[in-house]
Amino acid sequence: MRDDQLLTAKQLSREDIEDILDRAAEFDADPAAFGDRREDAILGLCFFEPSTRTKMSFETAIKRLGGDTVDMGPVDSSSVKKGESLADTARVVEGYADALVLRHPSQGAAKMVGEFVDVPLLNAGDGAGHHPTQTLLDLYTIRENAGLDDLTIGIMGDLKYGRTVHSLAHALTNFDADQHFVSPESLKLPRSVRYDLHEEGAMVREHTELDDILPSLDVLYVTRIQRERFPDENEYQEIAGEYGIDLETLEAAKDDLTVMHPLPRVDEIAPEVDDTDYATYFEQAHNGVPVRMALLDQLLEEDE
Amino acid sequence: MSDHQLRVSKIPRGTVIDHIRAGQALNVLAILGIDGESGETVSVGMNIPSDRMGHKDIVKVEDRELSQDEVDVLSLIAPEATINIIREYEVAEKQYLERPKRVVGILSCPNHNCITNENEPVETKFDVLDDGVRCEYCGTIVRDDLAAHIAAE
Repeated sequence: MRDDQLLTAKQLSREDIEDILDRAAEFDADPAAFGDRREDAILGLCFFEPSTRTKMSFETAIKRLGGDTVDMGPVDSSSVKKGESLADTARVVEGYADALVLRHPSQGAAKMVGEFVDVPLLNAGDGAGHHPTQTLLDLYTIRENAGLDDLTIGIMGDLKYGRTVHSLAHALTNFDADQHFVSPESLKLPRSVRYDLHEEGAMVREHTELDDILPSLDVLYVTRIQRERFPDENEYQEIAGEYGIDLETLEAAKDDLTVMHPLPRVDEIAPEVDDTDYATYFEQAHNGVPVRMALLDQLLEEDE
Repeated sequence: MSDHQLRVSKIPRGTVIDHIRAGQALNVLAILGIDGESGETVSVGMNIPSDRMGHKDIVKVEDRELSQDEVDVLSLIAPEATINIIREYEVAEKQYLERPKRVVGILSCPNHNCITNENEPVETKFDVLDDGVRCEYCGTIVRDDLAAHIAAE
């Protein structure tokens, strides 16, 4: 895989991650101070799925670096509507931009596009596959709040289709992190992710109840249980409440527990948690800008 | 040649795939894209007694030699098979199968959400694992019944 492409978290070594996070910390300290850093750089935004945080943070990041964006806009108003292939769309947009960001509903879409384009490419989410830039901002947030070694982390929610979870779990194998996975039976980690974790020598500890492990956690990473994944609404209703947290749930947690969520949330975290020291999800979203500044800066540098 | 092998007669030229695990002959035909419509003369023996294997299947395809891609996929479902290239009724070459590191363009990905199942100009690629194959695009691991995932022509 090329150095100027970030397609999965599997590409990232501990050293790679620490380099990007250190660079992100510099941008984070004074984001407005780097406006001439990547002057004239144009970032192509190819979002084939709705996105608020990821897309806006990429836009902000490149603008903070002095660059700008070209955006293919909603799929409904693009050539995709006329039947153009993703491969063709990407090859056209690379003619307009110095780097591409791709979000697509199909797994493996970023890998395929990476075979067709020469400019730097970032996977901003491919179906239930990977979301490595989210992982970098997750790691940045974890490092700021709990440190990345000697860490016990619980990852809870839709682990089967949650691409942020797949990428994060893999990246954490670079660190001394004890990972616990909490989900209903039907939304457990997919076989391919468990295979990768085993290959990396990580222990996969799976639970159906948060209570079993909550007191030992330094970080609790919550994801949305997606109602649309359940063929039976009753089945969803039965388990939905089991995987939400509120102040009562958190009574069993360590005082310095960090609660994270890639957002958007629906009802997994009660609003009453927002004003506590546990809540880190809005800070996490904010961290998308410095982390993506660091990543774009590095990839554009690789491409020089 | 033993009586057992003579159950299916010698062919003048083509390929004999021998020592196929019993019950896999029809999957071998599927891999070779043989459905009876292309006009090839094909002989199939199933559950033939074998000293080495107990029972085995055998497939003889006249006037055809196999491509490396076909051999690679055969090695996944019939690793014990031997491939004999026949010329003038004699075995001109004998090939033992080796598992490839990857197979390209032959298997389809069972994950309907994989980009290889979209209308894109991309061939499927699977890494070969110790106990299955893995899609290089979406990561899906296939362990059972690989023959069911042979891409349609």
